[in-house]
Amino acid sequence: MLLTKLADLPGVSGDEGAVRKAIIEEIAGLPLRWRTDSMGNLLVRKEGKVPSSRAVMLAAHMDEVGLMVVSIEESGHLRFKPLGGIDSRVLVSKRVRVGPEGIPGVIGAKAIHLQKAAERKKPFESDQLYIDIGAKDREEAEKHISIGAYVSFDTRCVSIGEGFFRGKAFDDRAGCAALLELLRENNGLSFDAAFTVQEEVGLRGARVAAYTLQPQLALALEATAAADTPDTKEEFNATTLGKGPALTFMDRTLIADREILQGLIRAAEKAAIPFQLRRGAAGGTDAGAIALSREGVRAGVVAVPCRYIHSPCGVLKKSDLQHTISLVRAWLEETA
Amino acid sequence: MNEAEIKDLIMELSSTVGVSGSEERAAAAVSRHLERHVTRIWRDRLGNLVAFKEGDSTEGKPFSLALVAHLDEIGLMVTKIEEGGALRFAAVGGIDPRILPGQPVVVHGRAPLKGVIGAKAPHLLTTKERGEAPKFENLYIDLALTGEQARSKVRVGDRVSFDAPPLEMVAGKSLAGKSLDDRAGVASLIICAAALAGVRHQASIYFVASVQEEVGLRGATAAAYNLVPDLAVAIDVTHGKAPGLAAGDAFELGGGPVIALGPNHHPALTERLEEVARSDRFTVQREADPAVPGTDAWAIQVSREGIPCALLSIPLRYMHTTVEMLHLNDLVNTGRLLASFARSIDGPFVEGLACF
Repeated sequence: MLLTKLADLPGVSGDEGAVRKAIIEEIAGLPLRWRTDSMGNLLVRKEGKVPSSRAVMLAAHMDEVGLMVVSIEESGHLRFKPLGGIDSRVLVSKRVRVGPEGIPGVIGAKAIHLQKAAERKKPFESDQLYIDIGAKDREEAEKHISIGAYVSFDTRCVSIGEGFFRGKAFDDRAGCAALLELLRENNGLSFDAAFTVQEEVGLRGARVAAYTLQPQLALALEATAAADTPDTKEEFNATTLGKGPALTFMDRTLIADREILQGLIRAAEKAAIPFQLRRGAAGGTDAGAIALSREGVRAGVVAVPCRYIHSPCGVLKKSDLQHTISLVRAWLEETA
Repeated sequence: MNEAEIKDLIMELSSTVGVSGSEERAAAAVSRHLERHVTRIWRDRLGNLVAFKEGDSTEGKPFSLALVAHLDEIGLMVTKIEEGGALRFAAVGGIDPRILPGQPVVVHGRAPLKGVIGAKAPHLLTTKERGEAPKFENLYIDLALTGEQARSKVRVGDRVSFDAPPLEMVAGKSLAGKSLDDRAGVASLIICAAALAGVRHQASIYFVASVQEEVGLRGATAAAYNLVPDLAVAIDVTHGKAPGLAAGDAFELGGGPVIALGPNHHPALTERLEEVARSDRFTVQREADPAVPGTDAWAIQVSREGIPCALLSIPLRYMHTTVEMLHLNDLVNTGRLLASFARSIDGPFVEGLACF
């Protein structure tokens, strides 16, 4: 499956090359025009049988949260800083891949036997954590790693439960997989697809992509946090797995365009596609940056719910991704 | 065994599952490697895997040496299936709950089920919660199953292991993964047995892969009583040097096997280990062990009328996490040093052990 392949690739913000290459391979040979820009965004034009009445941009970001090596200790251990929003408590006792060659490393933790009782009551701070690539000292580490090396989680995407995936980077390889599917299928639709870079560090790729494409309408295809889990009161949970794509009315960066939101709801109801409204206004997406492009763009967000987002191990339901693709297709048919 | 074979062996043993009290699969894997080198192999009433090789002693009273490494690994156990399908769990062995959020796991229900350990989302934590380490009661296993599905596949008491396939480090001769504590020790038994194949040694040898060490040295307690060896060496892991650890608490990865010294370890045995290391040119490290009841040696020493015991350790970073790391050379040399030690044991040495 496309998502499995895309999710396993490393693609931390600023280092999206492997994902870009894989997407280009997937569209090679199809009647699509593509180009890249100076930031690394991949822009793909799909020209259907019917020319669209309005210029539509669909965006999905290729980057994922990760880490960057900032120094190498005398002992050969690598100090790091987060790229994008990562809670350091999910980093403890995890495996990573470092640098362009994907050198394996682990983030260890002080053994429980050596901890004082008081230590155990506090979470590990990021300055207590480091990456160990097994090098015996700095000199050996430097043969493999340079400062500034990108670090991604080393997690394989696998099927779990009944119809779910467990893996990393569903934010936003789920959006990439959906967008790729809409490009590849023979749906007769016309639109601009933007596989953007650097979303996780401030919606930076989408900003220039939107300037280039000058859309009239835009949708960000995203993955969004689900907390449909024990110990979280329902009122704090923004989305639920299995209830279909989540539609945003507002987040930190965007008040969704009313026409687009209503259009999505109408399209979903008409085609009997399950959907949910995202109950919450936290977070931000490429749609926020796109909306403020040039003289302004009508923008909205359709997102696949994902548990444990921004961690090495998220959970997503396959049917939510399928319904997301169906909904965006239905909306395009109605709108564009 | 050559180095490549030893690497494959430890990768295989790290991958196999044997949470304390449920060591069947690990025992089967170890048995496959040991059986060709011994005359008899069996599991005792508690589940310890015992492999026996007759010695070549011809005169005097025959004597036996037990080499003991524990088979079990830390893990979790399902304690409750929530309405919505999430599983609550308890630790089996010493686990720091701070390593658990976001950890991939396998629940050994009616069939193995992959899942992940979930915690309250970071953006929903209160300021107070942010400053606190996660607690077991606030964590759960997410199998992406409904309550009904979970109840049909999982039962309270099912074991949970970490889904952490071994990782070969590129930037050094190291390996990282789960349960190297103490599959590394068990691997050293196999390396030793292979090194002794076709070699004369006076001592009869029991290779013992003991169960339930992580929950209180229980397998070794019974094994020592049953086998009544004349002397024993426990092979376990000790802490590997890493940032933030005090000198004396941790040992160089790649610096060689670590010989423990202290009241738990018979002075003649530790001295013999050091002599053998010197004569056969093994680099070793010394660990001062002021009577910490952390290994099978603790239980063996006080079995029946007392069994002289030593402890040989393999340095291991990040003990009791899913990314425990060891250096391949330390493993190879621990196995080979054990073989040298076993060959060095003769009747007069054994007789002298009770003479102070």
